[in-house]
Amino acid sequence: MSDMIEIRWHGRGGQGAKTASLLLADAAFNTGKYIQGFPEYGPERMGAPITAYNRISSSPIRIHSNIYEPDYVVVVDDTLLESVDVTSGLKEEGAIVINTTKGKDELEKLLKGYKGKVYTIDARKVSMETLGKYFPNTPMLAAIVKVSKIMNEDEFVKDMQGSFKHKFAKKPEVIEGNMKALELALKEVKEIQ
Amino acid sequence: MGIRERLSGNEAAATAMKQINPDVVAAFPITPSTEIPQYFSTFVDNGQVDTEFVAVESEHSAMSACIGAEAAGARAMTATSANGLSLMWEMIYIASSLRLPIVMSLVNRAVSGPLNIHNDHSDAMGVRDSGWIQIFSETNQEAYDNLIMAHRIAENKDVLLPLMVCQDGFITSHSIENIELLEDEKVKEFVGEYHPAHYLLNKKEPIAVGPMDLQAYLFEHKYQQAEAMRNAKKVILEVAKDFEKMTGRKYGLFEEYRLDDAEIAIVCMNSTAGTTKEVVDSLREKGIKAGLLKIRVYRPFPEEEVAKVLSHLKAVAVLDKAESLNGAGGALFTDVTSAMQVNGINVPTCGYVYGIGGRDTTTKEIESVFNDLVEDSKKDRIENPYRYLGLRKE
Repeated sequence: MSDMIEIRWHGRGGQGAKTASLLLADAAFNTGKYIQGFPEYGPERMGAPITAYNRISSSPIRIHSNIYEPDYVVVVDDTLLESVDVTSGLKEEGAIVINTTKGKDELEKLLKGYKGKVYTIDARKVSMETLGKYFPNTPMLAAIVKVSKIMNEDEFVKDMQGSFKHKFAKKPEVIEGNMKALELALKEVKEIQ
Repeated sequence: MGIRERLSGNEAAATAMKQINPDVVAAFPITPSTEIPQYFSTFVDNGQVDTEFVAVESEHSAMSACIGAEAAGARAMTATSANGLSLMWEMIYIASSLRLPIVMSLVNRAVSGPLNIHNDHSDAMGVRDSGWIQIFSETNQEAYDNLIMAHRIAENKDVLLPLMVCQDGFITSHSIENIELLEDEKVKEFVGEYHPAHYLLNKKEPIAVGPMDLQAYLFEHKYQQAEAMRNAKKVILEVAKDFEKMTGRKYGLFEEYRLDDAEIAIVCMNSTAGTTKEVVDSLREKGIKAGLLKIRVYRPFPEEEVAKVLSHLKAVAVLDKAESLNGAGGALFTDVTSAMQVNGINVPTCGYVYGIGGRDTTTKEIESVFNDLVEDSKKDRIENPYRYLGLRKE
């Protein structure tokens, strides 16, 4: 069980955090891993804070509870930083990945002294440039793959092509944009020094 | 050697139903089981099954349609949760007393009220003595496997009882996890064709189904139902043996996890068993002899076998994911303690009600139960047997 990676997603209803967690589970599954991908269902409304989870391991996963001490946290909407304790239980040897344009000083205050690594990406910019619309989940999916190194980036990109073909079978015109969003996001995610 | 896949528990149940390809499915949507009839209806629409799908207007009608179909000689299935099962209540008893081997996928959820859509076992517990076989599933894999085995058990001539396969709402029903599926043709061969001995559409043997049954015979008919339930134990094990030959996956009436040499143990059902296994392993590393008894077959309750495998322990905790409002403990707790008493086993045993209405159950909480048991095992007698786990005190 020692190699199990636990990830917690924070987003708002409608931003696709749940979908992103399921796509991440899919991608890891395709590299031969054991996976869990599950949202925490609450009163779901567009814009309400939601949480989703991933466990990824090379041996079978037996535990069935939410994740309280994640290795990584992904924040899909930076307005959550003020209302949700996103770093709660987050391991210091882990990292947090945030969709934001905020700088180091501002984030330090919002992250309540979290001592681990902090990565940021402007997922809005990536999404607008590649998809022409604001869908932050695809860039955030790429960002967490890059930061957590749970799989080889080239393998991930190749695999996602297949996943998008399946997911967007009825909207094939968005596949190319999503692929571009992934590739751009892999380059854009940066550690805050 | 199986198909490696990743599916949610609901997808797993719907896939099993697709491979079983029953004659009739009648269902009404209710969270968290909604996806099962939803996926199944697409299989019907795509021509992947040749099932008659009946989109009924309520769960009472869903069970009524299943009863009608089975009585006519067809194989029928349904899926539901919580209040959906409550609305079936009248027909649940009629299905079992007419000895119709209907198979249900029950995705466990708290029964209202107040309204809650999340997991506990209050729905299954409400019908625990209604004459349905109840099999619980820790994972999506078990929810799938148990459904594949279900018809062979229910339709056996010594059983002829309806059967429900339970899994935890959201916790497994909506979590994507690895699963090993069987090939369609293997499932078809394993499940076999349904040839009931007596059925309404048999023009060579006109029969009546469900006539009045008064003082002269009802007692004997209830006895026959009870006998059928007792017979089910043997049949469940026989079917599990065949299933193991096909898949390598071994199933019993329950699963003993590091129980042989354990001194303290937890008894529980469904997904909490997985979390408990994790804790058992970590406690073993610290030298604490913890174990788990995961009940798979809850009805019929394997009372003799349960008492026997718990007999060597110093203390036992039984976890109930349903509050029995009776002042004397949860249903599984009273079943286990009654089994021990009847079989002359005297092991200090306490009950914990936990996880009500979707309250998450963590490894830390499970560990706290084992820590309690370490203390309990030093005493001759449990002083406070009716306990709670994860209940906020303020």
